[in-house]
Amino acid sequence: MTRKQRRLTMIGGSLAVLAIAAALVLNAMRDSIVFFSTPTMAAEKQIPAGKRFRLGGLVQPGSLVKGDNLAVNFSVADGSATLPVAYKGILPDLFREGQGVVAEGALDASGVFKADTVLAKHDETYMPKDVADALKKQGHWKDDYGAKPAATAASAPVQGASK
Amino acid sequence: MIAEAGHYALVLALGLALIQSTVPILGARWGDHALMNVARSTALAQLLFVGASFAALTMLHVVSDFSVVNVFENSHSMKPLLYKITGVWGNHEGSMLLWVLILALFGGLVAAFGNNLPLSLRAYVLAVQGWIAAAFYLFILATSNPFLRIARPPIEGRDLNPVLQDIGLAVHPPMLYLGYVGFSISFSFAVAALLEGRIDAAWARWVRPWTLVAWIFLTLGIAMGSYWAYYELGWGGWWFWDPVENASLMPWLAGTALLHSAVVMEKRNALKVWTILLSILTFSLSLLGTFLVRSGVLTSVHAFATDPARGVFILLILCLFIGGSLSLYAWRASALKQGGLFAPISREGALVLNNLFLTSACATVFIGTLYPLALEVLTGDKISVGAPFFNLTFGPLFVPLLLAVPFGPLLAWKRGDLIGAAQRLMAAGIAALIAVAVLFAWTFGGATLAPLAIGLAVFVIAGALTDLAERTGLFRTPFAVAIARARGLPRATWGTAFAHAGLGVALIGIVCETTWNSEYIGTMKPRDVATVAGYQLKLDDITQRQGPNFREMIAQFTISRDGETLQVMTPSKRNFTTRGSSTTEAALLTRGASQLYVSLGDTNADGAIAVRIYHKPLVLLIWWGPVLMAFGGLLSLSDRRLRVGAPKPAKAARALAPAE
Repeated sequence: MTRKQRRLTMIGGSLAVLAIAAALVLNAMRDSIVFFSTPTMAAEKQIPAGKRFRLGGLVQPGSLVKGDNLAVNFSVADGSATLPVAYKGILPDLFREGQGVVAEGALDASGVFKADTVLAKHDETYMPKDVADALKKQGHWKDDYGAKPAATAASAPVQGASK
Repeated sequence: MIAEAGHYALVLALGLALIQSTVPILGARWGDHALMNVARSTALAQLLFVGASFAALTMLHVVSDFSVVNVFENSHSMKPLLYKITGVWGNHEGSMLLWVLILALFGGLVAAFGNNLPLSLRAYVLAVQGWIAAAFYLFILATSNPFLRIARPPIEGRDLNPVLQDIGLAVHPPMLYLGYVGFSISFSFAVAALLEGRIDAAWARWVRPWTLVAWIFLTLGIAMGSYWAYYELGWGGWWFWDPVENASLMPWLAGTALLHSAVVMEKRNALKVWTILLSILTFSLSLLGTFLVRSGVLTSVHAFATDPARGVFILLILCLFIGGSLSLYAWRASALKQGGLFAPISREGALVLNNLFLTSACATVFIGTLYPLALEVLTGDKISVGAPFFNLTFGPLFVPLLLAVPFGPLLAWKRGDLIGAAQRLMAAGIAALIAVAVLFAWTFGGATLAPLAIGLAVFVIAGALTDLAERTGLFRTPFAVAIARARGLPRATWGTAFAHAGLGVALIGIVCETTWNSEYIGTMKPRDVATVAGYQLKLDDITQRQGPNFREMIAQFTISRDGETLQVMTPSKRNFTTRGSSTTEAALLTRGASQLYVSLGDTNADGAIAVRIYHKPLVLLIWWGPVLMAFGGLLSLSDRRLRVGAPKPAKAARALAPAE
């Protein structure tokens, strides 16, 4: 082979691999991407049952109901709409009423959001960014959502660990 | 006083970095030895001053000086000493200080041990290091000063984020940074070569050990982070395709490609321009990782604080260095001479194939990580790209790569014999087929892809062993001769075999864990028994305990199998008073390479507790694989060729070049 032919083989091979990679990416983009919605956006967009999306908002205080065998029901609110969520499993450590949450799943025929993942977040001051942005956009943001606990928190009572 | 001294030392380090980034270049341009030698002394002095600054911050954390904002926000007087020290880099400011400390450490190492480098090359390399260092010192001093004081010091601190109070965290960030920042050396060498307009095989010899060091640490750092997530986050996942994980995977993929292309350049003086580009890309991806993690663009456990000014500053650094180096590349790369010829079927060809697949895989990760950010900026739509995307893109690209791995080392340089290599790999292929057949028979009706994937892994491992057997003449010559030959093999060959086998080992772990994982999730009361994968777990009782800065609820499980009691497991849930947050401490029972994993959820009003129990077959192989790879890297690093042969003056190598 001449130098030119060798180089052409090389370039041809590279282009082939890149084309395969591009095809894989485009294919995966079509099927495996999940959009984020708040309850209001979900109502506006009329997301069909069975289409997966991420639901973000605040856990409606007083809505948390624990059933048998780790079944959990709660509502996600964003200030103007609420959406009931059903989940089965162990909630993340920092799941609290009145705090931000992101759940992934799909609506069922009766309009309940069946979540298969409730995202575990690592910090008590943490408000999921998507949720914070959406709330700000809708004008429901309160500054204390993201505020750090006061320095006097040392005297706060122990939460949750007792039986 | 300590805080002010630390701050002052950091300012001095910035001053030194500015000198280091200008004077040596002038020296190299004018051929002035004294000016070029400035690089060496400033790099060493810079290391001294950053070291002092870091020591000051550590000191402040150890003595719990809450008049310093950084200590107040991230420490607590009751915190164990170990976590007081690791807490230094468990926050944004401290971790950036660690970043520059490691950068200065690498610069100092080049200065101290680079005596055999041509003087002008060393001057350029250290000057480029100086630019990077100066940019990051400015970033720290302008936007994230760890030494800020509080006017009225509080009595007690806010404590470190509880999930970060863990031994895994003590080691994971420094390891990862040694990897990330280590690639700055190959970047500086690449930019220096472009500035000088000269590059030769000796250049690759100097670059390869540095790249290898960075790669070893990055490999271990990623594995450590993954193991930490596995046992600390309480749900048994070890890789989430989270943008922050991807941010570390991308430099690893590019760095692995760089490691292989540097071999071609060193041995055959080919692929020069490509190696330079890869050096630049690898460090650019490290910078991108720093940007993604530290700017607050992504919210995660790694994004300690969200401050727009920081994001903009890091973005500027990113654009400056990536844009600058790529422009320099576009301008000067054509000046570099093209190197040796080779046929598509050859060792070089195999390494090109490796590079092609690694960089393509890296590109798909890049798209999956940045597409959501770009889409949000452009259209405002929020999307998430999760595991399914990466499984559909990254997976298919890795299969041909793994198939090709055993062939590479068996092909000759310049012009290889594919059929001959295939014949020698016959035994490995047969072993793989047997593994597939046995697994199909054993898990009849189960997953179809898993046995094939394990067959592929067996092929990779057996292929690595075949390479060793071929080189030592095992089974063809008397055993004693083979042993003698094995001793005489270059350590780099052993390193290759270990690293490639590690790849196969990790793949077996990944496939077994994802396919044959069994789990029990439910509520249990004391004296209840759960059965998972043949193990009986009896919940004995639930007790409370007071730790140094937390309270914990401990559940005690007695594990038995076939009526025989094995061990007691005590998962717990810790409640950190100061932050009012809790963590889940999973309990692990290791049997061979498999693990039983128990973690706790909430307690119900009736005293029942939610538990997650997993049996994860061969899960430990996922991390043994990377450890094997890193060990292979270490062996290769200790090869005497890299230690003794390296310091060939560039002139000698250049004199050889025209002979081609």
